[in-house]
Amino acid sequence: MADIYRLFIGLIAVLCAASLVAGILTWRSSKPASSTLVNLNARIRAWWVMVAAISLAFVFGRSGVIILFMLVSFAALREYVTLTHTRRSDHWVLIGMFLIVIPLQYYLVWTNWYGLYSIFIPVYCFLAMPALAALWGDTSRFLERISEQQWGLMLSVYCISHVPALVTLEIPGNEGRGLLLIAFLIATVQGSDVLQYIFGKLFGRNRISPNVSPSKTWEGLIGGIATASLLGSSLFWLTPFSPLEAGVLAGIACIMGFLGGLVASAIKRDRGVKDWGHMIEGHGGMLDRTDSLIFAAPVFFHIVRYAWT
Amino acid sequence: MQSLAGACLAGLARAITGVIPIWLGTKPSRNQRIYFANHASHGDFILLASCLEPEERARTRAVAGADYWRSNRIRRVMAEDLLRTVLVERNGVERTQDPLDIMLKALDDGQSLIFFPEGTRNMSEEPLLRFRSGLYNLAVARPGVELVPCWIENMSRVLPKGMFLPVPLLCRVIFGAPIAVEPGEDRTLFLHRARQALLDLKPTNNGAGR
Repeated sequence: MADIYRLFIGLIAVLCAASLVAGILTWRSSKPASSTLVNLNARIRAWWVMVAAISLAFVFGRSGVIILFMLVSFAALREYVTLTHTRRSDHWVLIGMFLIVIPLQYYLVWTNWYGLYSIFIPVYCFLAMPALAALWGDTSRFLERISEQQWGLMLSVYCISHVPALVTLEIPGNEGRGLLLIAFLIATVQGSDVLQYIFGKLFGRNRISPNVSPSKTWEGLIGGIATASLLGSSLFWLTPFSPLEAGVLAGIACIMGFLGGLVASAIKRDRGVKDWGHMIEGHGGMLDRTDSLIFAAPVFFHIVRYAWT
Repeated sequence: MQSLAGACLAGLARAITGVIPIWLGTKPSRNQRIYFANHASHGDFILLASCLEPEERARTRAVAGADYWRSNRIRRVMAEDLLRTVLVERNGVERTQDPLDIMLKALDDGQSLIFFPEGTRNMSEEPLLRFRSGLYNLAVARPGVELVPCWIENMSRVLPKGMFLPVPLLCRVIFGAPIAVEPGEDRTLFLHRARQALLDLKPTNNGAGR
């Protein structure tokens, strides 16, 4: 697993560089520092913590990654449900989502039961949750409540669980390197978020959808996705792909990631909040940090599963 | 044992609700205080206490209804031994001890109180019920104690009345600026102002809390 060390040494080097640049900017700026700079420093500090958490999970291998993403799902679903319209009669369905659906979905991923974990939430939970709500007898805002519950599970549990599921793919010639595939996906998608942020801050002019998100610009999107694809291509040695394939896959994942961020912004705008939560300083909540991964993971998973296994 | 139970409960409350205190109108301090808050769930005072610093939490006790918490043995052990609540009898006809005396005794022992001026859990659609007079009586009797309004957000969704398992949802406790009885202010006026001070802390975003 020498490759994994190379990746993490690279990551630490990038973070050190980022901390250094931000430190110099803060030192040279007028006091007090601008809010952008304060936020940048908070974001970089949070990245140190997130990289540490992921490294720790990788030390424990497949189980570590599954437990990490189970916790991510828990935090994401909690943020999501907080913003939905729950009623007292939803209480047991909601508890079931947290105490049964999350552990079961990740258990199924752990046992590599693809036939069930790929349909457990979209089929069985989809049918069971409205049935339970109907049995309970509260019809007020029925369609709204059950749709929001189903959406929450799909986003926060189903889609996120496809990240650790990558480790279970049996790609010929790639045995024992499933964790590296996860590292590849996270590095490119999160890298794309950072690069879109940087390009948007430096060159952003034309907004893509001012109603949804004032900070997403065409300049940020194109610059971010182009450079993130190059980043993906340069990380091909982590994967079973050729440099070109890695670049294309990274590009697709980053475009999905952008769409995920856009959808998350639309939900937040609808609910009148700026961030999903306050868990990760400078970034907002867990969903603010994982919205791109949510959209990218299932698509990336299925392309790789279809074309490489 | 009690401080351990307190620390465990506070940790549990944080793990489930990710609660953060928002010190909007005041800061944590060593002043003796009465934290008065909206009330819709048994989790309310645990959530509020978990937002206080450990030393302040250790000397802060919640005021609760004796008729409810003494009605069976499990509740009695929880309220008296585990949670160290100040139990007062709410029913004016049958009571043997004046609630005000019990609360004043706790204050005179140097303790801070968590107090729910609505007198009961709010099960209505209204955000806040009418305040009972207890808050005014306390404020007049001990003018040196700070009255801090605290808006508890979402706890009624985490643990609604009659449920014993909580749903994990994000909660916040918003602490406002302390208020006091002004010279010449009568009971009705003060209670109205106190209620308004608490309502003013309620966030107005249209998403959470329905």
